[in-house]
Amino acid sequence: MTDVLGNTLNLQYELLLPEIILAITAVVVLTLDAFKKELRVGYNSLPFVSVLGLVGAAVATLLLLDNRGNFALLIELDDFTTFFRLLFIGTAAVLIIGSYEYIERHVSHVGEFFALILLSTVGAIYMAAARDLLTAYLAVEVLSFSLYVAVSLAKNDPRSGEAALKYVLLGGVASAMLLYGLSLLYGVAGSTQYAEISEALAAGTGDVTLPLLLGLVLIVGGLGFKAAAVPFHNYAPDAYEGAPLPVTMYLSATSKAATFALILRWFAGPLLPAVDDWAWMLAAIAVATMVIGNLVALQQHNIKRLLAYSSISQVGYMLMAVTALAPDTGVATSGAVLVHMVGYLVTNLVVFVGVIHFYNKTGKEEISDFRGLAQTNPYLALTLTAGLFSLAGMPLLAGFFTKFILFQAVASADYLWLVIVGVVASTVSLYYYLQVIKQMYLYEPLVPGRWRLSATGYLTTGVLFFFMVAIGIWGAPLYEVADAAAGAIFFV
Amino acid sequence: MTENDGYILLALVLVPLGTALLLMAVPSRERATIIGLTAVSSMAMLVMSIYAFASYSFDEAAQFQGVLAFTWIENVGLLGEKGIQLKVGLDGITASLVLLTGIVIVPGTWVSWKVQERTKDFFILLYVLTAGVFGVFVFLDLFFWFLAYEVALLPMYQLIVVWGSTRKEYGGMKLMMMLMAGSIFIFTVIFALYAHVGAATFDMEVLLDAEKSEGFQKAFFPLVAIGCGVLGALFPFHSWSPDGHASAPTAVSMLHAGVLMKVGAFGVLRLGFQMMPEGGEYWGPALVVLGITAALYGAISALRQTDMKLMMGFSSVSHMGYVFIGLGVFNSIGWTGAVLQMTAHGLMTALFFLLIGGMYDQAHNREWPAFSGMAKQMPIWTIFFMIASFASLGLPGLSGFVAEVHIFIGAFRAYPIVGGLAVLTAAITVTYLLRALAQSFFGEMNPRWESLKEITFMERAGATVLAGAIVMLGLWPAPWIDRIAPSIIEIANL
Repeated sequence: MTDVLGNTLNLQYELLLPEIILAITAVVVLTLDAFKKELRVGYNSLPFVSVLGLVGAAVATLLLLDNRGNFALLIELDDFTTFFRLLFIGTAAVLIIGSYEYIERHVSHVGEFFALILLSTVGAIYMAAARDLLTAYLAVEVLSFSLYVAVSLAKNDPRSGEAALKYVLLGGVASAMLLYGLSLLYGVAGSTQYAEISEALAAGTGDVTLPLLLGLVLIVGGLGFKAAAVPFHNYAPDAYEGAPLPVTMYLSATSKAATFALILRWFAGPLLPAVDDWAWMLAAIAVATMVIGNLVALQQHNIKRLLAYSSISQVGYMLMAVTALAPDTGVATSGAVLVHMVGYLVTNLVVFVGVIHFYNKTGKEEISDFRGLAQTNPYLALTLTAGLFSLAGMPLLAGFFTKFILFQAVASADYLWLVIVGVVASTVSLYYYLQVIKQMYLYEPLVPGRWRLSATGYLTTGVLFFFMVAIGIWGAPLYEVADAAAGAIFFV
Repeated sequence: MTENDGYILLALVLVPLGTALLLMAVPSRERATIIGLTAVSSMAMLVMSIYAFASYSFDEAAQFQGVLAFTWIENVGLLGEKGIQLKVGLDGITASLVLLTGIVIVPGTWVSWKVQERTKDFFILLYVLTAGVFGVFVFLDLFFWFLAYEVALLPMYQLIVVWGSTRKEYGGMKLMMMLMAGSIFIFTVIFALYAHVGAATFDMEVLLDAEKSEGFQKAFFPLVAIGCGVLGALFPFHSWSPDGHASAPTAVSMLHAGVLMKVGAFGVLRLGFQMMPEGGEYWGPALVVLGITAALYGAISALRQTDMKLMMGFSSVSHMGYVFIGLGVFNSIGWTGAVLQMTAHGLMTALFFLLIGGMYDQAHNREWPAFSGMAKQMPIWTIFFMIASFASLGLPGLSGFVAEVHIFIGAFRAYPIVGGLAVLTAAITVTYLLRALAQSFFGEMNPRWESLKEITFMERAGATVLAGAIVMLGLWPAPWIDRIAPSIIEIANL
């Protein structure tokens, strides 16, 4: 089949099998929820079917491991796509298994909730897989719209509606900015295909610098919003605080990682020839994000807001590495970003699943509510402590290794000053993580008495804990995989 | 040392780490198991460190011996063939510091059996810290070196705030944040070195031999001096040290003042002087000025303290000042003295903190003016305290003398004024130590303390180990000097 321009199109639908499975599962979950009474199934069938769908998608991904190519010039299937497919499917599975008890109790419209998570995973994957600006934009919107709705689904919490409204209004503005930036880029390059944009920019006609610069500013602004980078971060703490906890986790994990997948695809691919035009923008945003994210986090009393600001500062570290992308060391730098992203994701999920189970038990989310946790639930206290230390980049845990690799890549690109800002920022972060740890270990609990996690709580935190330590002690396999994945996105 | 001895060096890190892991599996009510496990493990560390020290010999001519390397990450990303390696090796300097750690951890473990609250957690953290300290001394790859460095710092916070005394939350947080701020500088230097040398490896031997431009060395040496200097309580970055020591539990004070501060000074030597000799030569005088300031300032501040632990904290700042003088004079006798002083000060401070801890556990008071005539009540305690004091003020025949003589000679050769001031410092040291001794041990017995008993058996045993080492280093320093001096000359020739 050919398109209107005469390009031959490859329509192998099996290349899209994992996403097709996810979308079908989403529909099945919705139907199942609607006919729960007639079919005589309980709530537990919803997470069960969702996880089944995710497992199916993961199996399909692994079966397609060696199939590379593109679908209709819109979707690219390479190691980078596979990497993010597995990452996002895994994150969604952790979310559902780790928090289905929470969802039952604290989320209205549970069927829609699971469907939205599955659909947004599809959007996230296509953000990583797109090879065309419009496909990428549609993927961004699929992810964003699912999340606008998901944020509003907290039961009996007025903050949830406020958060969703704020998120959807500002998100709309950001999308508009992004779209306008993309159209300017199209005007400059004459194509929406990444490969052709790359060629056009590399050829560099010279008289289009102003529209290109304006386009880049708008694109960076739009993406900055999606990633919650300073100064586009103001919605994030409110959205994080109002959303149901699993959605907060999803916002700080998949949503961020997908944005970075897109950033890497664009800035290492089509936009790399214009590196001199955007590197300074990203550097400025990275510094602002690291500094402000960490400094504001110092003043938070709510664990969700604390984690919101902490995840903002993590965005700063990754943006710093994107700044350092250069044609000769770019592959290694993007590999380092991927390594750090996986480390951050695993660590963040550990902390969030822990906090979700804490909330299941106590219904509280202030930092001071964690006092004495070391006595009432030593396992959870240890897990959270390890997670927070890993976020701060402490050794023997994932955070140390991934930050080391990330900073090493940045330093090799002669951005030592950015490394210094990053290290200072991450030392500041240790202070507020220690505040939480201090509550858990130093003070007597308000309500004494031991309690335990549910079986799935032990399962998810245990597996994530294992990965967190494994990456920290022997990160070589992850680095190799990430390096291979990063190799796929470069044109030069 | 042969390559097989490298496994012993690796074991020095893995044994405490493994003990910590094993302890996690032991239920906390099984005190006997916990005590047994830590007894065996600490003894094993002592034996291995003695073996490592004894088997290092200069005859084999190589600076680093027992070198053993495993590839950890290679040929990925920007990392080249040697990328990051799990590489261990020992030179004369680290041999003596490894031995010091082995000697301090055994009494540290013994006196910690007194800890009643959350004993298991205490030992887990203590042994993780120990693994980090051994790691800093034996690892020869900057990735693992820095990892071990952070591992050594990390447990300090919990150890102080949970098991400490007096202003423990303040002391713990201050110590943690200051030391972490120091590691920012070290982190920066590591990446700057990596990028500057451009060999795509963190292997310290490669980085040591590589050409580094003079401008680079001059620019980055101060960062090392500050970064590691914070941990070594270099003036003016010392202010965490008295607060931290005063609030830390006994064994942590012992390990921290005894060993961890030496990690800082060692970092200045290895990462600073050895890695960037031209930078070291350029900045050496500044280090001497800071060192003599610290020595005088610490000694004068110690004069004003009534809390015994605070007095020892400031005394440590003063003695570490000697170490930095020795390093800064940039001659081999000064450097030898600096390394000897690290060992000597480590042993006697550990003994001091052990004794003060043993007293505080009973009296819940550390103000020396409150005591008098304790020699009648606690004669054994008094004898050990006198040994530590005499070592601290540099009495010949004890460890402090050997070290300080080297440093003073080095200082007089380079800067006679500094040498004179250093001798003055020693005089002030005599004053505050003898005054405290005279007040609290001699004179009329204060009836308030009649209920106090002699320190426990384990404390006496631990004190004996430390006092024995102090006397040995004082009377027969040859084994140390034979190992340290050749390694120093090796560095100086670079």
